[in-house]
This record gives sequence, structure tokens and C-alpha cells, in this order.
Amino acid sequence: MDLTEINPVLLVASLMVAATPLLLAAIGELVVEKSGVLNLGVEGMMIVGAISGFAVSVETGSPWLGFVAAAVGGALLSLLFVVLTQVALANQVASGLALTLFGLGLSALLGQSYVGIKPPSMAELNIPGISDLPVIGPILFGHDPILYLGIALTAAVWAVLKFTRAGLILRAVGENHDAAHALGYKVVRIRCLAILFGGACAGLGGAYISLIRVPQWTEGMTAGVGWIALALVVFASWKPWRVLLGAYLFGGVTVVQLNLQAAGVAIPVEYLAMSPYLITILVLVILSADKSRAPASLGRIFHASH
Amino acid sequence: MTTPLLSLQGLTKAYPGVVANDNVSFDIGEGEVHALLGENGAGKSTLVKMIYGLVKPDSGTMLLRGQPYAPPEPRAARADGIAMVFQHFSLFDALNVAENIALGMENPPPMGDLASRIREVSETYGLPLDPYRTVGDLSAGERQRVEIIRCLLQDPKLLIMDEPTSVLTPQEVEILFETLQKLRAEGTSILYISHKLEEIRTLCDHATILRLGKNVGECTPRETSARDMAELMVGTALQTPQRAGRDFGEVALDISGLSVPSPTEFGTALKNVHLTVRKGEVLGIGGVAGNGQDELLGVLSGEIQTAADAVKMAGQPVGRLGPTARRRLGLLTAPEERLGHAAAPDMSLTENALLTGSVREGLESNGFLKWNDTRSFAERIIKAFDVRTPGPENAARSLSGGNLQKFVIGREVLQNPEVLVVNQPTWGVDAAAAAAIRQAILDLASKGAAVVCISQDLDELMEISDSFAALNEGRLSAPRPTTGLTVEEIGLMMGGAHGMEVAHV
Repeated sequence: MDLTEINPVLLVASLMVAATPLLLAAIGELVVEKSGVLNLGVEGMMIVGAISGFAVSVETGSPWLGFVAAAVGGALLSLLFVVLTQVALANQVASGLALTLFGLGLSALLGQSYVGIKPPSMAELNIPGISDLPVIGPILFGHDPILYLGIALTAAVWAVLKFTRAGLILRAVGENHDAAHALGYKVVRIRCLAILFGGACAGLGGAYISLIRVPQWTEGMTAGVGWIALALVVFASWKPWRVLLGAYLFGGVTVVQLNLQAAGVAIPVEYLAMSPYLITILVLVILSADKSRAPASLGRIFHASH
Repeated sequence: MTTPLLSLQGLTKAYPGVVANDNVSFDIGEGEVHALLGENGAGKSTLVKMIYGLVKPDSGTMLLRGQPYAPPEPRAARADGIAMVFQHFSLFDALNVAENIALGMENPPPMGDLASRIREVSETYGLPLDPYRTVGDLSAGERQRVEIIRCLLQDPKLLIMDEPTSVLTPQEVEILFETLQKLRAEGTSILYISHKLEEIRTLCDHATILRLGKNVGECTPRETSARDMAELMVGTALQTPQRAGRDFGEVALDISGLSVPSPTEFGTALKNVHLTVRKGEVLGIGGVAGNGQDELLGVLSGEIQTAADAVKMAGQPVGRLGPTARRRLGLLTAPEERLGHAAAPDMSLTENALLTGSVREGLESNGFLKWNDTRSFAERIIKAFDVRTPGPENAARSLSGGNLQKFVIGREVLQNPEVLVVNQPTWGVDAAAAAAIRQAILDLASKGAAVVCISQDLDELMEISDSFAALNEGRLSAPRPTTGLTVEEIGLMMGGAHGMEVAHV
């Protein structure tokens, strides 16, 4: 066992990479749930985003187009959820589970010919001088653009929910859809947009795994990150910055346990592998002990009665 | 004659199976307080929803100051100066006052400016309100202030108020009326919906009466007696419940020094509650909703358990017993919320009859259900209480509010309770059904049962109860005999005006 092999700077830099898929998916789901919809299909939308991003960037040679395709793919799958829950008024839990199963199957089908291929890589941010700084350089200025997009998205979602009228209306719809309808807000339209945004974010998160983090395509490669994203939103009390915190915690523990495995620590691998899930949920449960609560209309079907 | 502010001409709106409004026409003048009277289901709500743009009429036209007016959505109605205070408040519990108000405005100013305007308007009209408080923590009266101020900030020409006083104390009602009169003096018209006739006689200049969707008459409330208006509303002569003189027996129910926290987040804790009810006595408990009524019912039904001897039935401690054990002893309850608390919405009436009746009516043996007996019990309730339904196999959800209420009350009354506790027994029930329910409660008491009636309808409590107590912020006032109580005394028992003051424009 040799713990000195673990480089703290590289560790922090790689935990940010490990956290980004989770952050993207969770911040999208946060917006969806704030509008009062519970979409359990995050895992499915992520994996569909992963394969559509992978396929498009392999075919076109551009990782940027790949990410655009991933967002579109995730949003398209979430459109199915829109049709089921907002138009046909189906049960949201069942529809979300179906979406995940469908997404896993669809991605396996689409991905058959892409196994074992290496995707084009995305250039990392490189600001001459600054990116070469010791410690700060690799941590803050040496990543791919999508990682920064994830952080920017968190900030944007926080600001929109807190300071803008659009955010207020979104929260109002999630809080009491009947009252929002009585005031003349378009409940279904607002929820559709939120679901599509959530789908696009989940798609980006999935593509981040297949294009940057791993980078290759294997079946079921999102490996439960979508489910963790769902739990993260709840335990983060629907607060964007806590989602970021939880995602980085998860990423951090993941990277540390991988390093510990590599260093040959005498703890069974299974315990190390479960530690990120355990520790993230534990910390967030403790954090969520305050009185903030779920949007009151979360998961309830809205049916305009007149 | 001058052009009326709003003129309705032949409005008709039909839903599958029912015509909600049938060729309704009337005018609302400038600066007039116009009452819209009618029973539940008479079509009042549908009519105002058409004016507010939530519902489109099938036929008929509206003229606003002589111009055709057909709002496609509430936004358009608000832009034309129509504002509405809803019956069931359209507020968002988790948001603060200013955010709630901003949601009801077309172009709200920045939050800081809005907060100071809210302060300004609320002071002017004597409705003090802190813009940064969370709405979920406010009392019913304060919530209504939020709605009213939301409307006033838009400088409305016509203010629609849907049963605004049902949640207020008498003092709060008085202050609301002063505010409304101030508004009328400033030239705002008010369309006032209610079935409380006395307040319409005090406040309104003109009244239109709806029955079964039709305009059945107009009158000047000041010159018409409440009884005449009631009979126009109902269409027949009204039966007043008869109470037989009776003597009270020994103490049937006794609560002493009871304090319990509320099980829900925005609920009210009960603080040091004492009460006794004797056999044959009807104890009325008044008070504005949210002052501990639900908690008191929970304590009595056994949903909230307390120290064993805090609640006693005929001297026997029952505080630790659950609802079924209490039912066996003869303590029956009918909660306020019909769908979801008193009855399971998607289960049939037979199944619902079984849910509370199984113990006392012997509807199960060795874990097996006696469906035939249960069905005949349900049929007995339907017959005795004139529940309008095709049969006991219909889902509870399919009944109208008043019919389901008759079923829920009848289900408990027919089990011959020793002690019956009802919460809001006639809430949302039309006058004829309400009279039948009150009569059943009185008949039960004259047969020797003790009755606790929790209600917000003071007229109802005065009519049926022998003694009266009021809940205010979880505290119960000392009970007093009903005869000789004045409205002022009752208002003070209910906690006065909750910090409201008279408008001083």
C-alpha cells in the first residue's frame, strides 16, 4: 500500500470530472421537480444522451456536435414523458420507470456498432500562463468546456429561480397548480418546457460519460448515476448549490476510493465501491434536516377542471 | 340611464349532463355593490369564471362599458380592470406575500418597490401585512388580505369576491365591509357572492338571485327580508330545525388540561383545553378555521393519542385508545374533509359504510366481511338521509358535496353514538340539506347522545347548540350557554379582529 502515490491536485481535478455527469443530470431534474413533475426517467434519458452524443461525434468527428445531439436526444426521449404525463395524464412514477427501461433498451440497440470505438476528444481549456500555474491551473483552468457549462448552469438555475419572474412562475406552478391555473398561467406548457430542459440536461450528463469521462461506449454505462441524481435532488432540498455540493462530494468519494483501490488499501473492493453512494446520501440526509420541503404539487397530475 | 359597467346578456354555459348557466342576464352599475345569491350548484361560480375569463360561455355576450367584452384568459380580464378574490384561496403556501402578489400582476415592479407598495396599500385600507412573511404561516383572515391587496394593487374597476366572509370572525367581517365601502366610495364596483343573507342586506345595493343556473329574480336587499331572499334562492318554503326541550344527563365526555402539538407543519397546537359535554347536550365550538379545529377532532377521534386520562368518556379514560376502540365504546366522529378523510373517494358507498360501521353494526366476523349486511346498512343511510345517488355501489367521489355530507353524517348518526363529534357538518351544503343534517343532530341529542359540533358557521351553532365555546390559537374559551349570547361576545371569544383595524383613507 502506498498512499503517497495519490496526487491531491490530480485528485481534485478528477473529482470535478467525475461529478459533472451527476451535476448536469441533477440540475435538470431539479428544474423538473420545481415545476411539480417527478420524472424518474433520468437514467434512461442519460443513457440515450450518451449513445446519441457518442454516435454523432464519431460520425461527424466533432465532440461539440455530439453534445448538441446528446441534449436533443435526451429532450426527445423526455418528449415521450411529456406525451404520457401531460397529455395522456398517465401516472408519473410508472411513466418515468418505463422511460428508463425504454432508454436502456433503445441505447443498447443504437450502440451495437459503436462498441470498442474511440470518440474524438474535446480540447481542454488552455489559457497560456494561467492553465500552467501550479495547483490552481489544473484544478480551475485545465478542464473541458462542458465541465464549466455544468457549473454555469447551476449558477443560472439558482439565479433564475431566485431572481426572475420566470423562476417565480415555475415555482408557483410546482407549488399549487390549481392556483397557478386560476391566475391564468399555462401549467401544462410550463411543465413541458421544464421536462424538456431536464431531458436535455440528462442527455448532456450521459454524453459527458461516454465522450469525456470514460471515453468509449458500453451498454448500460451510466451505471445508476441517473438514480443518484434523483436522490441528490431530494436530499439537496431542491437547492441548486447543494446539488453542486452533493455532486462534488459524490465525485470526490468516487475518485478517492478508486485511488485507494489502486493503492491497494486492505479494505474489500465492494465496500470501497459502495462508499460514494453511502457517504453522499448520508451527508445530504443530515443537511436536509432543515424545514425546506418538496414542491407541494410534486408528482400530482394536473387536470384543468373547467 | 347611464351605461352600466358590465352588462351580461343571455349567458349560457352547459357541461355534460348539467346546464350551469341558462340565459343569465343582469347589469352591474358603476360604483355599485351587486350581490349574486344562490345555493351551492346554482351556477354562481361558473358565472364569475366566465366574467374572469376562466371559462368561455357557450352563448351570450358581455358588454364592458358598452364595448363587447370576451376575455380569452384571466390575464385579459385583469388588463380590463376585473379582479377576483377566490373562495378557496389561490395562494402559494411556500412563497412569501410579495411573491404571491407578484404572481397575480401583469407587470410587477421589482420586489423591493412592490414590498413598499404592499405596505402602503395595506396601511391605507387597514389591512396590515408584512410582504416578506411566508403565506403558509398566515391565518385565514391574513391570507384573504393577501388576495384583496393583490387585487387592489391593480386598481380594479370591478372586484369579484367569492364568499369572502366564510373564514372571518365577525370583527374581521366588519373591517372587510368598511374596506369595501371605501372602495365603493372611490367608484369601484363590487360583485359580491354569498349565501349569507344578513351580510348582503348590510352591504349590497342590488342583488341577483340564481337558482339551478337561471336568474330567478332581482331585488334591493335593504328592502327585502332575509326570509324572502332565502325562499327565492331555495324555491320553496324553508324548514327551521325544531329543538325539543330536554334535560341533560350525566357527563358523557370530559377533556381536562389537554395540550398536544399539531401533527402537521402549518397546524395549531392545542393548549390547555378543558371541556365537558353531558348526555343530551349539544356543545358548539366556533372559531376561524386553522385555530385547532382539526387537532381537536383528531384528539376526540383517537387519531391523535394523548395521556390516558386527558380524554374521558363517561368517567373512563380513553386518551390512549385508537379510533376503532373508541367507536366500540360509542364515540363516533365525522371529520370536515369529506373526500379523503371522512370518506375514501374511489370506494363505493357500501365500502365506505363498512369503514366506520364495521364495529358497531357488526359487519364482520372472524375477519370476513358481511357484504349483505353492509349493503343494507348503506341503503338504510341513503334512505334515512335522502342521499341522492343511484345506489350504494356508486363511488363516494361521484356524489355532490352536499349528498356525500348527508351520507357521512348519516353513517355516524345511524350507529347510535353515545358521543358524536362533527366538524363543519354543513360546510358547502345547500340550505335544505343543511336543515336536514341539523335536525338529525338535534334528534340524536334529544335521544340522549352528547354532541360536539365544531363549525365556522355561527348561525348554525346558535341554532343547534346548547352551549358555545370558541377556539382561538389552540385555546378553548370557557363554554357559555347559547341563549342570550350576543354577536359581539362571540366575536371576542373568537379572539377579536386579529390585529386588523378600520380603514382610514
